[in-house]
Amino acid sequence: MDLTLSEPYQALQAEIRTFVAQYGHLSPKVGGGRKRPDQKTLDWQKRLLAHGYVGRTIPQAYGGAGKQPDIMEAAVIAGEFARANVYAGLTNQGISMLVPTLLEVGTDEQKREYVGPTIRGDIIWCQGYSEPGNGSDLANAQTKAELRDGNWIVNGQKIWTSSAHYADMMFLLCRTEPQASKHEGLSYLLLSMKSPGLDARPLKTMTGRSEFNEVFFTDVAVPETQIVLGRGKGWYVANVTLKHERLMIGDASKMTARLEQLIKLLSTIDIDGVKLIHMPEYRDRLLRLQGEVIAWKAHNLRLLTETARGEESGVKRMIVKYGGTMLGFRLSSLAVDALGSAGLPYESLGEDAETDDATTWNIDYMYDVGLMIGGGSNNIQKNIIGERGLDLPREPKFLAGMR
Amino acid sequence: MDFALSLEQRQFDDSLRDFLKDRLPMDRLRLLAETVNGFDEDLWQGVVELGLPSLLVPERFGGAGLGVLDAAVAAEALGFAAAPLPFTGSMAMAPLAFVHCATPAQQDEWLPQIAAGAVRFAVAFAGLAGQTGASTVSLDGGLTGRIDGVMDAGSATHYLVFGRDGTAVVVDGNGPGVSTTLRRSIDRTRPLIDVAFDNAAAEKLDAANDPLAAARTVLDAGRVVLAADSLGAAQTMLDRAVAFAKERVQFGRVIGSFQGVKYPLADCVTALEPCRAMVWYAAYAQDALPDEARLTACHVKAHVSDVARDVARMTTEAHGGMGFTDLLGLHYWFKRIGFNRQILGNPERCRDEAARLQGWL
Repeated sequence: MDLTLSEPYQALQAEIRTFVAQYGHLSPKVGGGRKRPDQKTLDWQKRLLAHGYVGRTIPQAYGGAGKQPDIMEAAVIAGEFARANVYAGLTNQGISMLVPTLLEVGTDEQKREYVGPTIRGDIIWCQGYSEPGNGSDLANAQTKAELRDGNWIVNGQKIWTSSAHYADMMFLLCRTEPQASKHEGLSYLLLSMKSPGLDARPLKTMTGRSEFNEVFFTDVAVPETQIVLGRGKGWYVANVTLKHERLMIGDASKMTARLEQLIKLLSTIDIDGVKLIHMPEYRDRLLRLQGEVIAWKAHNLRLLTETARGEESGVKRMIVKYGGTMLGFRLSSLAVDALGSAGLPYESLGEDAETDDATTWNIDYMYDVGLMIGGGSNNIQKNIIGERGLDLPREPKFLAGMR
Repeated sequence: MDFALSLEQRQFDDSLRDFLKDRLPMDRLRLLAETVNGFDEDLWQGVVELGLPSLLVPERFGGAGLGVLDAAVAAEALGFAAAPLPFTGSMAMAPLAFVHCATPAQQDEWLPQIAAGAVRFAVAFAGLAGQTGASTVSLDGGLTGRIDGVMDAGSATHYLVFGRDGTAVVVDGNGPGVSTTLRRSIDRTRPLIDVAFDNAAAEKLDAANDPLAAARTVLDAGRVVLAADSLGAAQTMLDRAVAFAKERVQFGRVIGSFQGVKYPLADCVTALEPCRAMVWYAAYAQDALPDEARLTACHVKAHVSDVARDVARMTTEAHGGMGFTDLLGLHYWFKRIGFNRQILGNPERCRDEAARLQGWL
């Protein structure tokens, strides 16, 4: 056990502090997201790329900094940007999920074409996984693609496609081998959102915004070469992607940042002249959450060490999505309660939605519920924790004819 | 940066767990629970041989010179076994008290005896630890006053008493002016002592520059150790509930296949596993991160106590009616968690201190 940073990491830390001091004023606002990045954000992203603070381990040939993977470096970078409250770079499904997937299983051509523009923020991706009939049972995808004259012809419907209304490209899980078994009949295609026959319709959510879409495919033609890894390998590729998604949610630096914001809120907001932090009911909730966040941060350090050593974390990793989204919701719940009745006025669209404290907390508060459902719902996570983590037996499958 | 136990720590943990598994089967634990002072000479000699009392004693006094993290690892193993041993007081807080408060001559006199297991100190705080019950002493030549609910005192040869201002004194447990009342507690393996002093001969340990800060350092280490003990106790309960859920059949199915049983157990592991990292972090903070030591000690005692209570309740429920009986003996861990929760400041008190530390009160 040693939490001191060794010399090379201290040097990296000092380097980032210098960078932040010099350029920090150019940083876009932390948080937000869920919209197409503006010019300021794109410029910032390119600056981060040039310094290797994003795309750090991506080979130079594909537009990254080409450094060796080093989980401690990643932690130092994340920690320094969080501490300085400076935008740490774009996080979207293209960068967090597709890029690592292509780097793991894509062809050289696919990597050259997509990785660089994606990490620069020039190509925005959306994920075509869930379908109206298949949420948790992802492998049961029914959207089909048939090979005809060098093109995959796609027909069907996807749902819960975040950012499809402004995305350039989609990574799509579809059924190409109807004769094969459920898991072996799927393929993973990359296609343009401008393809004729593709119709993305915004799906308004409880936040009042359209973070998601329904996407309809009517004879959408996708060039045959736009397949990742090959026919029938879609389930494998999708799992590579999901592995990266689950690592993304439940991030401890987000919890720390939220806790700091909460302390500020409770120290400034008052009811009839009494600061919330001086009211035992509020203070107790804050203290409980502070304890939870300390535990969560320590757990993250433990996982970080295990990852750096190449050890399997087992159930310790499996609890991250469930535990993290629940803790995130408890944090945003206290923020909403701190804002109180003054936080109720809410316009989810327009400039205010991006800058107003109450509105952004309310959006987060509702979006946190979405996070519990997306990326393998928490009830599914509990099955995974129970069955793979604790080795408890699965629910028995219904027998034919049983009612 | 490396956030994991070292090879030596894991080996020590393994040997302690093997020893406890061998020496404390359930029938033995039941027997010890019925002895009055919660002390077993054989078990004590065994852990002396393993080096448990010397863990926190500096090497120059014949100890292992290890830190609070090592004590926390040991405490988790002891909690896992529900071991009736005076660890927190006699083996963790007492050596630290001598390290932080005693003169070199006093250290020379006492620390080797602690390391050898020749003396057992009960550590009592007057008006500092945040326990309910009587808790005041005054020092005017001799020590006078009364402290209720002292843990790890049933087998103590000596008392180490901290006053409200952090003043530390050593009192011979069998000396004149010391009277003790033994109270069997909810945890039958660990009694509490109400101790009264009537002008008892007291040797002052006054080498600390800031006695109050030194007293709190000792108290914080005790809180981390108790949190580690509760973590271990909760882990036993979870392991047993999972094992039971894989065997017990109802409605023609193993009950662990019902989501009604599976989900609470998933909730237990989701809450409990981060507690282990938190215990390590708080313990490491006592050893190496002085700025975070107090806050993490308060929070770890509070948070792990709360999680352990939930785990104790849900895992007892998972056993159905058997969980409520004496037969399974699961209640020893349930009660250990309940005992640890109230000793040296319960979650409410610890969070109150955390608030004060941050200027929120």
